[in-house]
Amino acid sequence: MKKVQKAAFYGAVFLLCIIPLFVFLWMFMTGLKTQADNLAIPPKIFFTPTMQNFKSVFDQGHFFKYLGNSAIVALFSVGIALLLGLPASYGIAKYRMRKIGLVLLVARMVPFISYLIPWFIIFRALGLVDTYISLITTHLIITLPFVIWIMVNFFEGVPASLEEAALIDGCSPLQAFVRILIPVVRNGIFTASVLSFIFSWNQFLFSLILSGNRTMTVPVAVFQFISYEEINWGGLAAAATVITVPPLIMTVFVQKYMIKGLTSGAVKG
Amino acid sequence: MRRNEKYWFTLPALTVIGIIVVFPLTYNIYMGLHSWFVAGGASPRWVGLNNYVKIMKDPRFWNSMRVTFLFSIGALVLETLLGTSLALFLNREFRGKNLVKLLFLFPIASTPVAVSLIWGMMYNYDLGIINIAIQALGFEPQLWLASPKMVIPSLIFADAWQWTPLILLIVLASLESLPTDPFESAKVDGAHIFQVIRYITLPMIQPAIIAAAMIRSIDAIKTFDMIYVMTQGGPDIASENLNLYIFQTGFSYFRMGAASSLAIILFTIVLAVNVLLAITRKSGDLS
Repeated sequence: MKKVQKAAFYGAVFLLCIIPLFVFLWMFMTGLKTQADNLAIPPKIFFTPTMQNFKSVFDQGHFFKYLGNSAIVALFSVGIALLLGLPASYGIAKYRMRKIGLVLLVARMVPFISYLIPWFIIFRALGLVDTYISLITTHLIITLPFVIWIMVNFFEGVPASLEEAALIDGCSPLQAFVRILIPVVRNGIFTASVLSFIFSWNQFLFSLILSGNRTMTVPVAVFQFISYEEINWGGLAAAATVITVPPLIMTVFVQKYMIKGLTSGAVKG
Repeated sequence: MRRNEKYWFTLPALTVIGIIVVFPLTYNIYMGLHSWFVAGGASPRWVGLNNYVKIMKDPRFWNSMRVTFLFSIGALVLETLLGTSLALFLNREFRGKNLVKLLFLFPIASTPVAVSLIWGMMYNYDLGIINIAIQALGFEPQLWLASPKMVIPSLIFADAWQWTPLILLIVLASLESLPTDPFESAKVDGAHIFQVIRYITLPMIQPAIIAAAMIRSIDAIKTFDMIYVMTQGGPDIASENLNLYIFQTGFSYFRMGAASSLAIILFTIVLAVNVLLAITRKSGDLS
């Protein structure tokens, strides 16, 4: 009886796991099929996979450029967020400036479009639409509060005695921060960086309005494909696969802290 | 000098947040009191609260409110119930548990534009796998995204695919951190499994469930990517939520003043829902 129960449980878990995977499998399979196979009814489970769709995604000119644009915007918006956010979250944790956390939570509730309208007006007036500056600035609206949000929790977990010892040994507060505290919270920094990279990579609305031919990011590029190639499912699915693989790989590396990262702040409150 | 030390660390970030976050929000409120057709070259014209008066009489606004409400409530209820149940089911030691958790992180991390695109294909009337599958089971094919009646449930279903895992994993993490004593004594007292869940487990994980619901509600009310990619608010305006309506007002019709006041309304709704949820959580009164 016990054995049967166990087998039933594992069977149920297996079926359950198919649900999150199914959409990705379908995406990948559609990308590997020829146009004729994709239009076949009933859909072919067994087919000869072809890399043609993936090849043409990269061949038709600009996809590498779009990948590069996404990477540049994400790297800079994460880098600046760390540079500003690490000291800030340390200060907030150390001096218990809890009200700032509340401001950040409210900032997260503001619809992105409330930020987008003013920034669009300003960037248009300055001629900065379709530049990295406009994209990095707006992505910073997401990454900076998020980095602070996560890192406050990590800094709060560091015992105060550690820093006091460094100060007694003659470190300045800044030295203590850079040499002693930063290495201690490196897991947090890694998690915050990866998650905010993913947020920036997946960002659609800001880039839809503020990017153009020169700075188009991958979600916008894929969205543009949809309007041109409604029927070329293989090509679309291949492009979708290519842009969603990087966040999935990154997830593997931060899985331990990801849920904690996504919920910190809100769970306390 | 020492007294100001705490601001050395926070001031740079706070200045930048002031510029990129607080300033646009203030500007948004200000712009909401103006009328401005941005493509016309004219400057903004002060209209006071007139935008808001007009919005209240605008049937398309009320349609978008209805869509926002139906979509958010549907998604939130479905995802919370499903996520909590699955978390209770998975809350035990078994081999491969970490792998299962990882698989459920994937939808959360995936690019919304990419997965919405695939959902759009799966919902396709002629070639989509969903219609093919239900026809094989003997049902009529459905216009999942093209009929005004089906479009919101279809969008909720796709949203639930992506976001139920978040609730599942938050609740599961909370379950795993619970002390074991109450459960052991309940077992000794001979409590039935459903009694244990109802009277011991649920009250203990309630804060986590509400926290998860808060996080989800913030994003569900503001949903943009998924709806914009799959239906662009259609058919007609049957799936146009408030966020999409603001987007169209601002960036298709270039009426920035009206779009700004609509955005303020959306923000107020998100804020109000979260204050309500926070109060529920503080009072601890769900049961």
